[in-house]
Amino acid sequence: MNRIISPKKAQKIMKSVFWASGIITVIILLIIIGYILFKGLPVVNLEFLLADPIDSGKSGGIAPMIVSTIIVTVIAVLVAAPLGVGAAVFIEEYTKENIIVKLIRFGSETLASIPSIVFGLFGLAFFVVFLGMGWSLFSGGLVLAFMALPTILQVSEVSISAVPKSYAEGSLALGGSKWQTVYRVILPAAIPGITTGIILGMARAMSEAAAILFVVGSALAMPLSIFDPGRPLPLHLYVLATEGISLDNAYGTAAVLVLLVLIITVVTNTVVERYSKKMMGR
Amino acid sequence: MKDNIEEFLIEKGLLITALSSIVIILLIIIFIFTEGLPSIESVGFFKFIFGSTWDPSSGEYGVLPMIVGSLGITGLALLFSVPLSLLCAIFMAEIAPKTVRKILKPVIETLAGIPSVVYGFFGLIVLVPIMRVQFGGTGFSMLTASIILTVMILPTIISVSEDALRSIPHEYKEASLAVGATHWQTIKNVIFPAAIPGIITAIILGMGRAIGETLAVIMVAGNVAQFPNSILDPVRALTSNIAIEMGYATGIHYSALFGTAIVLFIIIMILLVVANYFHYKKKVTIGGGYL
Repeated sequence: MNRIISPKKAQKIMKSVFWASGIITVIILLIIIGYILFKGLPVVNLEFLLADPIDSGKSGGIAPMIVSTIIVTVIAVLVAAPLGVGAAVFIEEYTKENIIVKLIRFGSETLASIPSIVFGLFGLAFFVVFLGMGWSLFSGGLVLAFMALPTILQVSEVSISAVPKSYAEGSLALGGSKWQTVYRVILPAAIPGITTGIILGMARAMSEAAAILFVVGSALAMPLSIFDPGRPLPLHLYVLATEGISLDNAYGTAAVLVLLVLIITVVTNTVVERYSKKMMGR
Repeated sequence: MKDNIEEFLIEKGLLITALSSIVIILLIIIFIFTEGLPSIESVGFFKFIFGSTWDPSSGEYGVLPMIVGSLGITGLALLFSVPLSLLCAIFMAEIAPKTVRKILKPVIETLAGIPSVVYGFFGLIVLVPIMRVQFGGTGFSMLTASIILTVMILPTIISVSEDALRSIPHEYKEASLAVGATHWQTIKNVIFPAAIPGIITAIILGMGRAIGETLAVIMVAGNVAQFPNSILDPVRALTSNIAIEMGYATGIHYSALFGTAIVLFIIIMILLVVANYFHYKKKVTIGGGYL
């Protein structure tokens, strides 16, 4: 009897609260993306994308940073994708839940939660100093590969385990070997999920700055090989913003990064989903 | 025979890829600890962890102000982020019509995908001036950093707790509605409590992301290596300590920054163990629910 608000009224109030929370989340995103694009897009034009920076980034463009970003991201994906997908295939198809699988899972979970700056220190101590690889895009790409690995592994694992067991049984019953079954039946069916995993890993590598802060060398010049130092876009934005070099170019760089994220989200949500419907009959 | 050898080699090859995560994590531990332990040894474990002065020029290496900074920023961020993200997760799992959910999902994916430097940049350009006008001072503070982190950990907490809410068996909800409870009563008394282990996992993952964030925090926190007197004081996080000083550190100072990484690593491991504990329980209760 001491209830002040009736259940019906509480239901109504809470429903508006829930709606409000959803709307607030959308507004937060719109404010951040809108602001960056509003300020940055006017700076972004073909010349900005294709020109070298002048006077350590005060003016000029971001061409070497785009090339650096592409190089480190490609290295990261080339190294992390085979490792992550291979590990996922092994866990799902070649072994049972045992101590090794538990260790692998724990390893990849730990890898996923280590702060990026710790990866950066490791990259400095291991690749740059211990292996003598110096500050280079190659060292940076390898550090980013390690960061992308758990994402690719975990997403691939989930999508391989989602392939119906009857697919594999059908192939094995027809006399297919284990590897033939994996390669011809399971992997094609799991490809949309695996692709999503690789794209997510790629996005993580592409947007990372702290992990490569002490590994890529932060050089402004156009990298001529993967063993040259370079400065990927996120790192460039960090330097421009914190050293107060050029606000306009910082806005432009940020806008390019935000556009990349938007493109990746749209691609994963439309292309991959459509393909997954086709392959899995969902 | 040839086929058998091929199959054998492929299996061993896959085993090697599977072991790579373990090898990498071991390499990271070995290199961080061999570089960092000398400084902790020479300063003394307790003086390193509980020392309240960080002043490399006079050989003082106490990371407590940074531990307080990291935990303070993270605690405030959770305080702001958890209510909003749980409401939003419940909204997506229970209330939102399909079309609205279809809009929200990519919104949250995009929030998760925005590079942390862009968040930091936005904080520096937009939030810091606002804070300066509102509260005085420089605008760089623990509060400013925690607001940026609030937004950064929203997607983590929302997506994981939405998953947890969705994995609650339908019978629970139907039974509650069947005895005449309103939808809100069902959410409050049945669905939410059943999803608590998953929600705790979500919060811990968000906490891990907040503690590990580096550059976005550097750009807005002020980075003074001292105990803050209020949430409007500038603070330095453990991560920032490494990133700010690594560029010029040598000798024991260099090692002390790896020591800072060891402290971070241990905090993250504790979070991971706690998260695993709840994750484990979650599987058991849900399985039990089906039986």
